[in-house]
Parts: sequence; C-alpha cells; structure tokens
Amino acid sequence: MTMLELYGKSFESRLLLGTARYPSPSKLAEAVQASNTEIVTLSLRREAGGSHAGEKFWNLIKSLDVTILPNTAGCYSAREAVTTAQMARELFQTDWIKLEVIGDSESLHPDTAGLVEAARILNAEEFKVFPYTTEDLVVAEKLLHAGCEVLMPWGAPIGTARGLSNEYGLRTLRSRFETIPVIIDAGIGLPSHAARAMEIGYDAVLLNTAVARAEDPARMAEAFAEGIRGGRSAYLAGPMQPSDMPQTSTSLANKADLRE
Amino acid sequence: MRIIVNGESREVSNQLLSEILVECGYQQAHFATALNGVFIHRQQRESTRVMPGDRVEVVAPNAGG
Repeated sequence: MTMLELYGKSFESRLLLGTARYPSPSKLAEAVQASNTEIVTLSLRREAGGSHAGEKFWNLIKSLDVTILPNTAGCYSAREAVTTAQMARELFQTDWIKLEVIGDSESLHPDTAGLVEAARILNAEEFKVFPYTTEDLVVAEKLLHAGCEVLMPWGAPIGTARGLSNEYGLRTLRSRFETIPVIIDAGIGLPSHAARAMEIGYDAVLLNTAVARAEDPARMAEAFAEGIRGGRSAYLAGPMQPSDMPQTSTSLANKADLRE
Repeated sequence: MRIIVNGESREVSNQLLSEILVECGYQQAHFATALNGVFIHRQQRESTRVMPGDRVEVVAPNAGG
C-alpha cells in the first residue's frame, strides 16, 4: 500500500484524529491507539495561573508517540489565526498548522478570503499549512498559489456527521488537483462516510467527534481505520462504473434448455 | 496598574511581561503568550513592557479537532 505523504513526511495510516470531546483522557488514549493514527490535532486555550492542566494534557499526547497537528480553531480573522499559529509553533515545536478561519458562527463555514490571507502570511513564515476549506475550486487554487501543499476540504460542516454533503463538488476538486494530497476534514459521522471519501480518491480523512462521542470510542476508532483502509483499497483496485442497464453476472451461454 | 489577563481585569505591580507572568502564577514551561493580539516569543518576554489596559493572553496545550 502506498504511503501518505504530507510535507515530506510519510505515514502508513490515512486517518487523522482529533483529541477533543472524549469522555476521559484514558478513552482518548485508547482511541488513538486503536485507530493506529499517526497524526492527532490539538488546540491552544487559555490557562489559569498556577494550573498544570495544559502540561498534563501535553504529557499524555507525547506519550502516544504521534505527529502533532495544532489547529487555529475558533479564530475569526486571519490575524487571530496567524498569532495562534505562531504561539502553536513555539509551544509544540512544529511548523505544521491546521489553519481554520471561521466566517460564520452558526454554520462554522470557513471564511475563505481570510483563510487565503492567513495562508499567505504563514507560508511566508515557513509554516506547513493544512487549510480547512470548502470544495470551492477557486479557493483551492488560491491556497495552492499561496504556498499550501495540502488541501483539507470539509465533508460537511464541523460536527454535523452528515458525511460528504456535496460529493459532486468533492469529486471535481479531487480530479482537478490530482497530485496534491487532499484530506477530507470535518462532517464525517460514520466509517462508511470515510470509506466513501477514500473510494473517490481522497488521500486521508480527519475526524474527531464521530469517534469521541461514540459509546465506545476505541471501537469506533478501529471501525474508522478499517473503513478507511477498505475505501483506499477499493480506490486502488479501480471500481467498476455504475450502469443504468442490469446485466447478469452468470453467463447465459450453454444454459440448459429446460422448457416443457 | 490594571491590565487584562486572559480576559480578566487584574492589578499587577510589575511592568515586564516576564515578571507579570510570574506574578500571575505562570511558572511552568508549557504556555505561549500574546500581547494585544501579537505573539510574544518566549525570549522576548523579558524585554516586553506592558502598559495599563493591555491585553495579555496565556495559552497552553488543549484538546482540539
């Protein structure tokens, strides 16, 4: 099986997993291990003086021996996202950043103009940017022009668990940028959604809540890993094309004449 | 002077960011800082002067998707 290549690093797993909303730190650790993921996302949040919560969480993540992808979740402007990315680079000692610039607080729709602006600034500062975007081809083109080497379109809005809400648009994006790693990020609810993304040629899937809020997160993480592996294999195997006309699978040649 | 630390107004007696952080209880290594929305690198904290009304943000690793 070919490896997933992201900014010069190779990964066997094609599942990127978020670390939020698990029932407990131990459930998070179990899910990460069960998924065999090699990349997890994190955030930065305010810490009270005298608290060691951040350090404790960080020690847990380090014990999992995975690559860190910090995010700029909750940022509503390019400037806010850039500052968050700069803080993340110092804190996590990585130039990888999952760039989110949100434009609408209800739908969590990305502000794609702000996203491109932030991507341009961060790429100039030698970050490795993973932009959370939509399936918009023109925005994707601008992100690549700004220096991004990976695209992360949503499957559906964050936390909706609706799967690929615009498969046509996502297929078009995939085929337009054949040589760029493209990862479905957000909106995935079931392993079948993730498998579908892989079947149509996406390179990987990033998800969080579908695992974290499952009754058994570790088992769901494993189910996602299996779905993603199956979808990837199906893509590589070259699926048959759908047809409007039924066709027997068993040949009618040499069928016995049993008419009365 | 009165400044805003992580969204809360508080009185501090120091002026340098590094000293204010210690005064506010930030002695562990795992946090990053911004002043009025601008990132302040760890090494710049000792030379960064905070003014009355300034907004200091102190963030640490957290769960995220």
